[in-house]
Amino acid sequence: MSAVEKGWKDVPRGGLILEAGSAKKYETGDWRTYKPVWDKEKCSNCMLCWIYCPDASILVKDGEMSGIDYKHCKGCGICAHECPRKCIEMVLDTGENGEAGAGE
Amino acid sequence: MSKRVAITGNEALAEAMRQINPDVVAAYPITPATEIVQIFADSVSNGRVDTEFVTVESEHSAMSATIGASAAGARAMTATSSQGLALMWEMLYIAAGLRLPIVAPIVNRALSAPINIHCDHSDTMGARDSGWIQIYSEDAQEAYDNLIQAIRISEHPDVLLPTMVTMDGFIVSHGMGNAELLADDVVQKFIGEYEPEHYLLDVENPITVGALDFADWYFEHRRQLADAHSKVQDVVLQVAKEFKEISGREYKLFDAYRLDDAEYAIVVINSAAGTAKTVVDELREKGLKVGLLKIRLFRPFPHKEIAEALSGKKAVAVLDRADSLSLMGGPLYIDLRAAMYDSPGSRVPMVNYIYGLGGRDVNLEQIAGVYDDLMEIAKTGKITQPVTYLGVRE
Amino acid sequence: MAELLEIRWHGRGGQGAKTAAILMGEAVSASGKYIQAFPEYGPERMGAPVLAFNRISDEPIRLHCQVANPAIVVVLDATLIGKADVTAGVPEDGLYIINTNLSPSEMREQLGLTGGKVYTLDATQISMETIGRPIPNTPMMGALIRTSGLLTIDEFIANTRDRLEAKFRPDIVEKNIQAIERAYQEVQGEE
Repeated sequence: MSAVEKGWKDVPRGGLILEAGSAKKYETGDWRTYKPVWDKEKCSNCMLCWIYCPDASILVKDGEMSGIDYKHCKGCGICAHECPRKCIEMVLDTGENGEAGAGE
Repeated sequence: MSKRVAITGNEALAEAMRQINPDVVAAYPITPATEIVQIFADSVSNGRVDTEFVTVESEHSAMSATIGASAAGARAMTATSSQGLALMWEMLYIAAGLRLPIVAPIVNRALSAPINIHCDHSDTMGARDSGWIQIYSEDAQEAYDNLIQAIRISEHPDVLLPTMVTMDGFIVSHGMGNAELLADDVVQKFIGEYEPEHYLLDVENPITVGALDFADWYFEHRRQLADAHSKVQDVVLQVAKEFKEISGREYKLFDAYRLDDAEYAIVVINSAAGTAKTVVDELREKGLKVGLLKIRLFRPFPHKEIAEALSGKKAVAVLDRADSLSLMGGPLYIDLRAAMYDSPGSRVPMVNYIYGLGGRDVNLEQIAGVYDDLMEIAKTGKITQPVTYLGVRE
Repeated sequence: MAELLEIRWHGRGGQGAKTAAILMGEAVSASGKYIQAFPEYGPERMGAPVLAFNRISDEPIRLHCQVANPAIVVVLDATLIGKADVTAGVPEDGLYIINTNLSPSEMREQLGLTGGKVYTLDATQISMETIGRPIPNTPMMGALIRTSGLLTIDEFIANTRDRLEAKFRPDIVEKNIQAIERAYQEVQGEE
């Protein structure tokens, strides 16, 4: 981040954050050891994973699950634990398949 | 047109608040500040102001609600005293750290224990490092004038800091004296509309207030706080200049009373300054070169200007209505000694008198006695007792 | 410093010593003088001895210490004499106004005074006959106006009427004014 070079005169007054949704800029995907892998075929779009995900990393499009935001998913595994059809599996994230940290 | 009335300090501040017509007031009652908000609440219920009045369950909540309102974009005020201010403690730092221009009258009262409801300055002196601007007032007139000016000072874009305006409990808050009040429209025109740059209710430009700020940026934000305080002096003087135009009354960083050619000076805060000025006049009539410096702006501390005003004096006594328990004297004395350390010329002998704790009266004879002590120090060149508890029963 | 007049009111909690000091302060202020009015703040208990003070001057008043040497002492309740030190700090030529049915010379003897002036008034009886309750503070203000010459009675009543009207029904206001006027007439000095 370029902010490292900023001094006290350059940052917003009183610790204000002047931009909505700036948490998106903080990519937490590299905190992950295991990553959730979703089987679209088995999924019934019940949205329980979306409800439980603490990092809003279940991606939704037109009311249906469309994927996982690997840039922000911390790999907590709650989605896999909650999924009634067991269509999310936690697998070791080697980063080799190009999906880790890539997001959607 | 301004009019001179017979009024108590609390009534004068309630009137100032009515004229300011803040967007939000959240407060909890405490002697001797209760009346300010009680009288103001009448104005709320009678529709004389547009204020949203929030009744809360404690002073901690009062300051919390005031902070929330201010962050939301409102001109927000509260008032308290003593234990109430102490209960606001953690929130005081938050108000300053978030750079919210809250203005609050604080009526000076001793802190328990033993339990006491009368005047000393322990409450606001304890809050001196909280990041709030502190302006002290000798009487109802000054408290009224200072409260109106505080709105402008706090909301100035270079400042954006909360301000507490203090006056002495009971002595001024409940004592009736004379004050000239300004017309409502004059006050409204002077303070103007509050237009916050960033505020929570600005839905077009959403912001976050109070985000986590660890070792990476906390230090920078606290550094900003010091920078804001460094801008206060100029703003205080500018606002005072404009205030003189509407009121005819002159305010500075401090009040130097017959000080220029004085050889012996007393430094004092709030109502005791009035009593001490009478002593100065009496001693001057006897040909003694005595003077007085009354603190107005205590935080930030105008240390250079004060040191300059006191340099070259033969002896200076600082009167503190609070103890610091550092065993080096009261808080004002300690600040003044630090301020005088770098002043040019020879070191000015300085002594401290801690007086009036818990409402103990300080009279003309006692203050005259302090000037006697200063003359003795100048004559002998010796300070036998740096810190004296004035008027305590030995 | 310009001439400063200091007044000390002695009463019991509930008799209106503080209210009298405030009403007096407001009335004198309205005439253009500078004033202070304040009580001694103790535990405010019904019946306990209390003090209230006025300072009056043609110049702004800066003093914020207690009144030590009042030139005028007003005693709202003569039963306080002997319990409260009503002569404390009063200069030799001090003026006393006491609510009692005794004569000024009898009061002088009781107080052991050699100098000064003593006035008496049965303010309790006047308040019973006019207001219908033993509230001696209102008539004692009338006696103070007469003996101190601070204001004319007309000026005082004009300035006080507003304040009373803000607090009381019109008939109560009239009864209070009546009590002030009677006290003004009936206060007794020494021969």
